[in-house]
Amino acid sequence: MKGCKNIWVWIETADGAAKNAGLELLTPGRRMADSAGESLVAVIIGNQAEKAAKSAIAYGADRVILVQDDRFAEYNTEPFTDAMCQLIKKYKPNAVLFGASGAGRDFAPRVACRVATGLTADCTGLDVDAETGIVRWTRPAFGGNLMAVIECPDARPQMGTVRPGVFKKRTPDENRTAEIIRETVKTPPEGRSKLIHRISDAAENMVNLEEAEIVVSGGRGLGKPENFALVRALADALGGAVGSSRAAVDAGWISHTHQVGQTGKTVGPKLYVACGISGAIQHLAGMSGSDTIVAVNKDQDAPIFGLADYGIVGNLLEVLPALTEEIKRLKTASDSELK
Amino acid sequence: MNILVCVKQVPNSTEIKIDPETNSLIRDGVPSIVNTFDGFALEMAARIKDKREAKIVVMSMGPEQAKAALKECLAVGADKAYLVSDRAFGGSDTLATSYILSKAVRTVEAEEGVFDLIFCGKQAIDGDTAQVGPELAEHLDYPQITCITDITLEEGKIRAERQTENGKEIWEASMPAVVTVTKPDFEPRCSSVKSKIAARHAAIPVLTIDEIKAEVERIGLKGSPTKVKKTFVPPRKNGGVVVQEETERESAIKLAALLSDAGIALGGAKK
Repeated sequence: MKGCKNIWVWIETADGAAKNAGLELLTPGRRMADSAGESLVAVIIGNQAEKAAKSAIAYGADRVILVQDDRFAEYNTEPFTDAMCQLIKKYKPNAVLFGASGAGRDFAPRVACRVATGLTADCTGLDVDAETGIVRWTRPAFGGNLMAVIECPDARPQMGTVRPGVFKKRTPDENRTAEIIRETVKTPPEGRSKLIHRISDAAENMVNLEEAEIVVSGGRGLGKPENFALVRALADALGGAVGSSRAAVDAGWISHTHQVGQTGKTVGPKLYVACGISGAIQHLAGMSGSDTIVAVNKDQDAPIFGLADYGIVGNLLEVLPALTEEIKRLKTASDSELK
Repeated sequence: MNILVCVKQVPNSTEIKIDPETNSLIRDGVPSIVNTFDGFALEMAARIKDKREAKIVVMSMGPEQAKAALKECLAVGADKAYLVSDRAFGGSDTLATSYILSKAVRTVEAEEGVFDLIFCGKQAIDGDTAQVGPELAEHLDYPQITCITDITLEEGKIRAERQTENGKEIWEASMPAVVTVTKPDFEPRCSSVKSKIAARHAAIPVLTIDEIKAEVERIGLKGSPTKVKKTFVPPRKNGGVVVQEETERESAIKLAALLSDAGIALGGAKK
C-alpha cells in the first residue's frame, strides 16, 4: 500500500528500561527493514524511558519515537491504545511488531481493532516480501500441531505479536547513534481501568520463565513434592528457571505460575529439560519451540521422547543428582580454565 | 447484575492426531467441547451468581452444532443462551468475529437488558489468538482486564486479579467492562442430571446477519484483513539421541558431556 513505510517495534518498558520482549524483536525487525529497504523504528511509550531509547538504538533501531508522560509510567490498555493509534495515524508504518507478553497480548488487539487492521497472534516466524512489503507471519495453531502462514495484503499497518524467546537479541552496539523523535499525544486524563498493585511471586521474582534461556521442568514422574528439590537444584546449577507440567500443579506440588503448556506459559529457551513429564500434547504446546530438549523419564514410551534431542530412560532420583553434580563440575573446570 | 459469557465450541485438542500418511490433522470424529478457558469464565460468572442476584446469558458464534456447547453452559449455571449463526459469518478472522459479536451483544441487550460485565475465555484452544476479547471490548468501547484468575464486585466497578509473567496484578475497572479469564484456582462445576435435562429442552434463539444488522463488508472473508496463505504440519525431529550407559549415573555424565560439546548448558561459561 502506497505511503505506508517502515517496520515498527513496540518496546515495552519496566521502570523506564526496555524489556527483552521488545528488544529481541529488533533482530527480525532489522532483517525485515533491510530486505524491504525501509527503516526500523522503535516506539516507546513510557515515563523516564531515555534508557530504553538508548537500548533500542544499541540493539539496531534506526529511529526511536519516544512518548513520555507520567500517565505512561505503567502499561494501561486505553491510554496506551490512544497513544499508539495517534502515532500510527501520523506516521503510517508498514508493519508493527509487538512481543506476545501479557501486556503485548492486551495491547495489540486493541490497537489493531481501532485502526481496523489484521493482527497475527503469537508468531514464531517472520518474513517480508522485498517487492510488495507484505509480511508473512508464521504461527502455530492447534497447540502447535499445525503451522499457518498468514498475510494481511491490503490493510495497513500489518500487525503481529511475536512469541517471546523465538528471536534472540543481537549483540548491543553502544556506539550506534540514531535520531530520537519526541512526540506528545492527546489522551484522556484517566483510563477506565487502573492498576492497584502488584503481587510478585517470590520465587518467580528471581527469573522470568518466559524469558529464561534454560528451563528445567518437573512432572508427576517425580513421585512426590519433595523431589522437586532435585529439579530446583539442577535449574540452579544450570542458571535456569523452574517449570512444571500441569499434573504437578494440579497435585499441588508447585504453584501455577510455574506451569508450562496450553493453560500455563509458553516458553522458548535454548535448553528445556523435562524431568518426569510424559509429554501430553498440552504440555508440548508450551515448550515445543525450545532449541534443545532433554527428557528424563522412566517410561521409554513417553511421548516426550518423540520431541527430545537427548533422552535418558531411567530413574530420576539417580539421574538428576548425578547430572547436577556433573554440570557443576564441568562449570568449575571451565571457569578455572579461563583464569 | 446482568452478565454475558461468550463461549466457543472447539475440537478437543487432546484427541487431535496427525495422519502419518497425509501429514494432516485428523479432525473427523474428534469430539467438540466448550473451550477450556470459556468454561473457566462461565464458572467465574456462576460464582458471582452464587453470591448475589444475577442473570447469566451465554452467547456463541458458530454453526448449528454449537448449540450443544450452549446447552452444556445452560446445564452449569447459564440462564439463557443465544447462537450467532449465519453462513455469511464463515471465514471471519478476529477483527470480523469481534465485530459480529459486538453487534450481537447490542441485539441481545435489546432483549435481556444492558450487560454490566462481559466474560470471555483468555483464548480459544484451537486458534490461541487471545484477540477476540480485547477486540470485542474495543468495538463496544469498554475497558478491559485480560487474563484474570479472580474477580470481585464493588460499587459500580470490578476488582480483578490478573496473571502476569512474574506474578499477579490487581486491577480495577468501571462497569460495563470486558474481562478475559485464564485458569483460576478452582475447577468448573459439574452439571446435575436435572439441569442437563432442562438444558436439553431449552430454546436457543439464533441470531443471523439480518437480526444483528451487521454490515456485509465487515464480516466473513471480505471483512477479514488477515488471510491464511497456507497451513503445514511442522517437521518432526528425526529421533533424538537416547543416552543409555551402564548406570544412570554414567548416563547423566555422558549427557552433561554431550550438552557441553553442543555448546549449551554451561550458562555462558564455555565459548
